Amino acid sequence: MANLKELSRNQVRITSGHRLCAGCGAGIVARQTLIAIGSTPVVIINATGCLEVSTTVFPYSAWRSPYFHSAFENAAATCSGVEAAYKSLKAKGKVKEDIKFITFGGDGGTYDIGLQSLSGAMERGHRMLYVCYNNEAYMNTGIQRSGATPKGAHTTTAPSGKKYQGKSQDKKDLTQVMIAHNIPYVAQSYVGNWNDFMTKVQKALAIEGPSFINILTPCRLGWGYKPEDTMEIARLAVETCMWPSYEVENGVYKINVEPKVKKPVTEFLKLQVRFKHLFKPDNAHILEEIQRNVDKKWIFLQRRAKSTYEA
Amino acid sequence: MMKTAYSKGNLVAKTGNEVMAEALRQIEPDVVAAYPITPATEIVQIFSQFVADGTVKSEYVAVESEHSAISATIAASAAGARAMTSTSSQGLCLMWEMLYIASGLRLPIIMAEVNRAISAPININADHSDTMGARDTGWIQIYSENSQEAYDNIIQATRIAEKAKLPALVAMDGFITSHCMEVVETYPDADVKAFVGEYKPERYLLDVKRPYTLGSIDLQDYYFEHRYQLAQAVIDARDIILDVAEEFKRTFGREYSFYEKYMLDDAEVAIVIIGSAAGNVKAVVKELREKGIKAGVLKIRVYRPFPAKQIVKDLAHVKVIAVMDRSDSCSGAFPPVYSDVTASLYSARVLGPKVLSYIYGIGGREFCDEQVVKVYETLGEVAAGLEKYSREVEYINVRIK
Repeated sequence: MANLKELSRNQVRITSGHRLCAGCGAGIVARQTLIAIGSTPVVIINATGCLEVSTTVFPYSAWRSPYFHSAFENAAATCSGVEAAYKSLKAKGKVKEDIKFITFGGDGGTYDIGLQSLSGAMERGHRMLYVCYNNEAYMNTGIQRSGATPKGAHTTTAPSGKKYQGKSQDKKDLTQVMIAHNIPYVAQSYVGNWNDFMTKVQKALAIEGPSFINILTPCRLGWGYKPEDTMEIARLAVETCMWPSYEVENGVYKINVEPKVKKPVTEFLKLQVRFKHLFKPDNAHILEEIQRNVDKKWIFLQRRAKSTYEA
Repeated sequence: MMKTAYSKGNLVAKTGNEVMAEALRQIEPDVVAAYPITPATEIVQIFSQFVADGTVKSEYVAVESEHSAISATIAASAAGARAMTSTSSQGLCLMWEMLYIASGLRLPIIMAEVNRAISAPININADHSDTMGARDTGWIQIYSENSQEAYDNIIQATRIAEKAKLPALVAMDGFITSHCMEVVETYPDADVKAFVGEYKPERYLLDVKRPYTLGSIDLQDYYFEHRYQLAQAVIDARDIILDVAEEFKRTFGREYSFYEKYMLDDAEVAIVIIGSAAGNVKAVVKELREKGIKAGVLKIRVYRPFPAKQIVKDLAHVKVIAVMDRSDSCSGAFPPVYSDVTASLYSARVLGPKVLSYIYGIGGREFCDEQVVKVYETLGEVAAGLEKYSREVEYINVRIK
């Protein structure tokens, strides 16, 4: 459990003055990640995306730790290379510090174009925490669908129209894909619960080996809501079980946030412009289908949490 | 019988791939990240064994693709390591985006490249289409005629890249050089290590006490200057290449420059060529000279930076030149080496030599002495005043309907 008093004393290693939108969840993810790690030296790797372009406008940088970006689809391979260099130079005594490695990628760079690179890095077991700030579409290029975009959401490449009602397919369950890599630590978290996320960051970084956190990160522009509602919307994703907060530590599932009352998915969907068309009477069946899928996955998760336990 | 050029040299029988792996062992980079591809696979296969046996202290990252190989190599270099990779053909194609990033970030990574044709149709044999496709990526490109040159070139490239702050690739022809066993002179480990020296980057990511941001977004107010600096760095690499060659000669006794001149100084007809085929051409020239024909060869070693001014000086006196390309640009104009040679001559207002364009050896197509003789015969006819000669690209040994 992260301690707020201790955390408040930690240095903030991403400065204000970056150019992320008001209400952007990505900035919160980066900030909380870096506060959670305390004074541990880190090297940050970033895939191309909103976080990267908004924090590194030359000659400025919002990063107070070493930061590296090279391309879109290769953040995990990039982190592999930095970590390999670290192992080599550390063994030769050329680097003295105990350094941790954190990779940030959006869902486009993680679920889609960067999946091969991520899978390879996880399989090879590099010591890195990969944080996917998942805003469920390609926001940096103007809200195009990704593998993380949920069914029914309107995006600019899977728009709602006379024939189609937003994205026809359901989102890819990347967290499960990462769990299938049998890495020591995988978690889902969400913006709006600092304790949940920062505790997970600390757990992940305490591990020798690869870890992965998929954090639901609302995008006010792409999702269509008021900037001040970022936290509230992410919390609703958890309360409706659309995005459960859970972790898998050495194969053992744990649901971290159990909603007291499981709210209907419409509570989450109705606040966002990207789902507005689903509330037309003709689209009631899509809402029902989304609810059914969420219920099914929630039961699956609960069963997993009951059936896996520490050996 | 081959003799050593260096007093402490050692004559060994090795293939191009084996000797390239041997050089990598001696250089002992901090990180090697690579992905197997025919005909370059052996290089990293042999190197992996060195790692497995603890012969080298390098970290070997067996990545899941060439894109990740070059990405990890770039990242290791940015992190402060001496980093190397190896690839060929489709592998180099998959790296394409990252080649520009390696040079744009001014990272001195080294690549052992084995030249192979590119798909489609799929073909594993030698031609230069792969590296010629990467000729304008801001990488230093050094080509090798044989295994000895491949070995010497990779040792020199390490020094050149780190001084120039540019990535460098050393190429040899697939199978012809990579798999052919030859007698090669290798140098003692300690002497190679002393020659390449220790890599000491100015700024690097693992220097956590001096954090810096690398890979920024760089818009219309700075980008142009950074790209201009890159282009200048490639030009400036020329002096570095000559300095390193000079030191290499002093140390190990072998002489290198941008290109090799073979009986060129008094030549009336000459072939400009790259890679293993230069061996055939030199053998033919030797015979032609015995018949009194003033034939010569200019074998390009350093293709990037292109030694434009120097090449013009050494070709100005030649009456007729054939530029032999082992790749086709499919541009509707002319292939790459021809374009560079003729542009260099024209821009220097050296309009004397007539320059003919030939394409040969695509996808490993046989290139024999008789064909070389025929090219020299044509050059001789044109030199003697034949006006009706081809102004188009001539293809050697291809079935044309």
